[in-house]
Amino acid sequence: MPRTSFDISISQLKINLLEYGARVQHVIGDAMDTLKTRDRALAESIIQNDTALNQTRYELEEQCYFLMATQSPMARDLREILSIQLIAIELERIADHAKNLAEITIYLGSEPLLKPLVDLPRMAELCQLMLGRALDAFAQEDAQAAQAVAAMDDDIDNLYKQVFRELMSYIVEDPRTVTRAMNLLFAGHNLERIGDCVTNIAERVVYAKTGQLEDLNVQREVS
Amino acid sequence: MMSHEQVQVLPPALSMRSVQKDAAPSPKMLVRNMNFYYGSFRALADINLEFPENQITAIIGPSGCGKSTLLRTLDRMNDLVPHARVEGEILLDGENIYAPNMDVVSVRRRVGMVFQRPNPFPKSIYDNVIYGPRLLGIRDKKVLDEIVEKSLRGSALWDEVKDKLHESGLALSGGQQQRLCIARMIAVEPEVVLMDEPCSALDPVATIKIEDLMRDLRNNYTIIIVTHNMQQAARVSDYTAMMMMRPDRAGEMIEFNKTRQIFTNPQDKRTEDYVTGRFG
Repeated sequence: MPRTSFDISISQLKINLLEYGARVQHVIGDAMDTLKTRDRALAESIIQNDTALNQTRYELEEQCYFLMATQSPMARDLREILSIQLIAIELERIADHAKNLAEITIYLGSEPLLKPLVDLPRMAELCQLMLGRALDAFAQEDAQAAQAVAAMDDDIDNLYKQVFRELMSYIVEDPRTVTRAMNLLFAGHNLERIGDCVTNIAERVVYAKTGQLEDLNVQREVS
Repeated sequence: MMSHEQVQVLPPALSMRSVQKDAAPSPKMLVRNMNFYYGSFRALADINLEFPENQITAIIGPSGCGKSTLLRTLDRMNDLVPHARVEGEILLDGENIYAPNMDVVSVRRRVGMVFQRPNPFPKSIYDNVIYGPRLLGIRDKKVLDEIVEKSLRGSALWDEVKDKLHESGLALSGGQQQRLCIARMIAVEPEVVLMDEPCSALDPVATIKIEDLMRDLRNNYTIIIVTHNMQQAARVSDYTAMMMMRPDRAGEMIEFNKTRQIFTNPQDKRTEDYVTGRFG
């Protein structure tokens, strides 16, 4: 026996979350572009639009609370709604990290970049790819795909270590570069955090499907 | 700081997993390979189940799956039904309650039951509570007074009725009547308490009072509750047994687990469908 109206509500909630995810995925790319092209206007619009992204997260959360309060979800329904609520929070955090990239573009002003950007755009691309796959895994209710997504975070972490070492060598060589190096390092740090947030999303996809709460970060470090 | 007693009555889901004792409580009652028949009709099929001591076990499942029938086998209430027959064993502290030498009266004293609709006797509150002890031969007024106070305190009714103990039990509200029936039951100090939909005739406030009372009673009794209300099973119980009706209309046990597990991650698809409201 289907619970028609409840099932429709959960489906709609999932669609809303996926649309939100797509917007956030897009912002990561835009934010990286502002650094590459030094596009101050685009950076400013990203910062402004962040309020709207925050608002969407609250709307999604409210929709989850409404279903919890009125439908008494149990078992898989309960896990799905709880996961959607937590994924919405992670997406908002990702958008905040992207906003930080746009802010770095503004801090840097017209000052030339310390070095051509190579690894940072690769990190941003990986973040977008990883988020896209995590959202696909959520849509398909595919726990294995979600676990594979979490493993991609290693590549982002390795790129970040590379960026860190490289920028440190610039600073050691010429301490006057410290401000510009720190700005790029901060950009790398934000991208690395996005990878962690996507890993958290993957954990929620696994939980919604299997009921198992697994730390996908730790598991990978051990194996 | 919370006292030890207060910690004990916390719903199990709210205690941290890491500080929970791992050892499962020993079973107070054990149902082994039990089949139950009304004449030639098999109403319960191959039931195997254990009821952990000092825990609340909820029996859930759709209408007609044999929940109440199962409950009634646990205190031999079905003995009163013509042509009813039990195969297999039901052990109370290791003793088969269906053994030929077992005294039914003693079984029913050790295993008390609370019914769906409150059923106080048309007597005073005091006489309702001492009905059982008097049958057991207790005559000393002082002892009976003590039993009345202890039982009514135990059922969280004392403060509401202590000034009108000699008024009719039927004059109480539905929720109070149900707590009076619980006091009447605990007056004979049973070890196991069976509850058959104890809140279905009560309003939400009275329901919450009974549920709180169950959490308190759990320290001294092993409680088994049949309920249609899944939120109630989720709220009050430590363990949950899920029953279904087979195609031959016999009731069977399909899943037994900690309540936390049954309501967040059931293993059987039929349990999942039932607890998410998609059964039928």
